[in-house]
Amino acid sequence: MAGNASTQRSVLTPEGVPIVIELADHGARAGALLIDLAIIFGIPIIALPLLILLTPFAGGIAGAMFLILTFFLRCPFFIAFELRWQGQTPGKRVFKLRVVDRQGGALSPRAVAARNVTREIEVFMPATLLMVRPSDIGSGMDTMLALMALVWLAIFTLMPLFNRDRLRIGDMIAGTWVVRAEPVALLQDLSRKPPSRGYRFTAAELDVYGIAELQVLERLLRQPNTRNTLDTKKDVLARILVKIDWDAREAVDSESFLSEYYAALRAHLEQRALLGDRRADKHEAAARRA
Amino acid sequence: MSENLLKSYRFRVEREAKWRELETLIVRAERQGLRSLDAEELVRAPALYRACMSSLSVARSISLDANLVAYLESLCLRAYFVVYGVRAGIGQVVADFFRREFPVAVRLTKWANGLAALLLLAGAATGWAVTAQEPAWFEAFVDPAMAQGRTPDATRETLSETIFDKPSAADQLAAFATFLFQHNARIGMLCFVLGAAFGVPVVVLLYYNGLTIGAICAVFAGKDLTLEFLAWLAIHGTTELAAIVLCGGAGFHLAGAMINPGSRTRLAAIKEKGRAATALVVGAVVMLLVAALLEGLGRQLITDTATRLAIGCTMLILWLVYFAFCGRPERGSRSRDGR
Repeated sequence: MAGNASTQRSVLTPEGVPIVIELADHGARAGALLIDLAIIFGIPIIALPLLILLTPFAGGIAGAMFLILTFFLRCPFFIAFELRWQGQTPGKRVFKLRVVDRQGGALSPRAVAARNVTREIEVFMPATLLMVRPSDIGSGMDTMLALMALVWLAIFTLMPLFNRDRLRIGDMIAGTWVVRAEPVALLQDLSRKPPSRGYRFTAAELDVYGIAELQVLERLLRQPNTRNTLDTKKDVLARILVKIDWDAREAVDSESFLSEYYAALRAHLEQRALLGDRRADKHEAAARRA
Repeated sequence: MSENLLKSYRFRVEREAKWRELETLIVRAERQGLRSLDAEELVRAPALYRACMSSLSVARSISLDANLVAYLESLCLRAYFVVYGVRAGIGQVVADFFRREFPVAVRLTKWANGLAALLLLAGAATGWAVTAQEPAWFEAFVDPAMAQGRTPDATRETLSETIFDKPSAADQLAAFATFLFQHNARIGMLCFVLGAAFGVPVVVLLYYNGLTIGAICAVFAGKDLTLEFLAWLAIHGTTELAAIVLCGGAGFHLAGAMINPGSRTRLAAIKEKGRAATALVVGAVVMLLVAALLEGLGRQLITDTATRLAIGCTMLILWLVYFAFCGRPERGSRSRDGR
């Protein structure tokens, strides 16, 4: 759930506990849409030649069949999937996206219908307009008008780019938004590693850092030990040693020192936090010390 | 050893089993749907979910293990989707929609719908009157692609042919297909979405469509084919135009939220009015499908003017009765499935 505050929102659940959600990014949403569209148009494209080969249909009918098939796939596709898969479509599932109610309530079938009906205007209309060749446009609607229509429709299509919450028109009407819901695995607690060297740290040595630094260290310790990570660990170790003014700098073992320092620092900071002294980062820690 | 145990670690050890149990349930529900959970698990899941929620809020305050908090956040979020996800099955949603939601939405927005109908009729009357007076206006009102030879210069025979011609099966299918893709469903949805632009485009669209219909009417009227043309139009037109009116009504309903959101924010107002508006548009799309069937098949097979008129009028009356009475609470839900 790493991410910055501008894409994170907190939804108050009915239990009264806020859950932090992360808004889906534009690229993932576009990708999900493309996958869904590929399915919607791909099935008729594959099915049609088979139909023509297997049945005595004339070519003229094929075009009509294609249109009818895509229409009947397209209309219920999004609604049916979002109802059945709890706010997901195949594309959204690939990108781990989900449609959620903005207020934190249950996602209603009405909201699912609303956000997908408007898709017609946001996606399919501009797409059709793009595919129309200027010569196909009768005198009733000349190229100029078609261009204007395209610009007008582009405002609808690109709406998610223009608002903070990345809402489509459909999301606005339905009261939903699209979030990223990636499963996070529960890893081992790093503080439980048995101390191999038994370094002892004084309160002063632990007081130099805050929660931010602790969690950076946690991330580093959780990384698989590639050469790159080992280099970083050495670098981090050196900095910590300077910062806490450790004696006998040459003698420490980087791996065990870091994990023991982590455990000690976490115990220290958690203890302080429990007593109402929550130190967000080293600057705050320095300020409190002074 | 025990003095070495962090409080946050002890907290984790005490509750981890519950988290894991919930996770297994969630993973199964995500992969195979809620139905894969048996009755006991369905009862257990919300309890586990609440336990995890409380773990999360405790973890946030006492644990500095970023992975643990992230895990609980994601677990709670996923559980929340399962616990508060869409409940109803698709069949139930569909049945409920046509039994109650759609007709109720139509009644709720009756003024907006009336306004839309009025605009369409006003357009038609204007188109008819103006074209009857001065046929040159016809071209301004009707797209040549749509006119298909039905111009003021056409002879009575040509016009008559366009009404009574029996096309081949292939043409019927093609007509049906193009119907789906042609402007009807689009106009309907366009009306709805453009409602967000303060309703002005809706007015223009409805009125312009009225003009087109009126102008074509005038052409046929000029050649003494009024009744025949109206019958040709009515067989599917009553359903289709009613659907377009509903879409227009939905647009106006939304426009109302934009223009006068009251004490709410515009976004909140749109969301609130969007409920009825969406029901209208979804219902209207189904109506347009019915109209497409009537046009693509019924109109080509039935060439008798009286029958056409009868079907058209019957459909209109059926729709009106449906909208007026269906889903009223005091009468219970009069089911009209299959619509």
